[in-house]
Amino acid sequence: MKKWNEYLWMFSAVYMTLGFFNILFAWIGMICFITPLLLSIIGKGKIYCNSYCGRGQLFELLGGRLKLSSNRSIPAFIRSKWFRYGFLAFFMTMFAIMVFSTYLVFNGTNNLQEIVTLLWTIKLPWNWTNTSTVSPWIAQFAFGFYSVMLTSTILGLITMFFFKPRSWCVYCPMGTMTQGISMLKYRRKVKQNGTPSKRNS
Amino acid sequence: MKKAIVNKNECVACGVCEKVCPRQAITIFHGIYADVNEDLCIGCKKCEKACPASVIQVVQKEVAS
Repeated sequence: MKKWNEYLWMFSAVYMTLGFFNILFAWIGMICFITPLLLSIIGKGKIYCNSYCGRGQLFELLGGRLKLSSNRSIPAFIRSKWFRYGFLAFFMTMFAIMVFSTYLVFNGTNNLQEIVTLLWTIKLPWNWTNTSTVSPWIAQFAFGFYSVMLTSTILGLITMFFFKPRSWCVYCPMGTMTQGISMLKYRRKVKQNGTPSKRNS
Repeated sequence: MKKAIVNKNECVACGVCEKVCPRQAITIFHGIYADVNEDLCIGCKKCEKACPASVIQVVQKEVAS
């Protein structure tokens, strides 16, 4: 029987859909940011990627079972450290800018902009949601966060199509971060462990 | 015997190989890299095919006597 966590791809799919109808649902996506970080900080490594990541499962389903992936090898530079950490740095910078623009709405400098930005450049008007029930900054963060989630989903879909289904996992900023945290936490163990293949022979 | 070899330095530790391995021969070492237990590995290449980073290779290894 399938376990509950094998259905988390539905969470990802429903999340993206809900955000389309009401942008405020974007806030739920914070779970996908906080959970993996907490799990790696308490020493669970990258268990989130393998067991709980709905997006990974969704790509696996689309690219694997629905055969939407060409299953080619990813170019070597994408899995290099400089690209992965570079993408993480870029991603975090864009995230910080987004948080700052939320702050500018919070302190009244700017007005709420009902726009979803795709791939950090393409601005889509997204004004069919009534956001007057919440403070403008709460809505502004939702627009920004949904932009982040939509952009990364699209990048993931593109690489899924051209390469292997879960190619997104190679340069996923959350994955790079949780691996980095695990490396810092267990660097002594890595030294002791040495080459895994040697240990078994 | 054929065995899976992981390029640890470029492994992203996503755990896809751990999931597809029919013998549970792969574990993710503290969220850092995939660790193959060569006693359990049967060289089926499932992990090699699934690895999104293409850092697993199944190679011929000499049998330890």
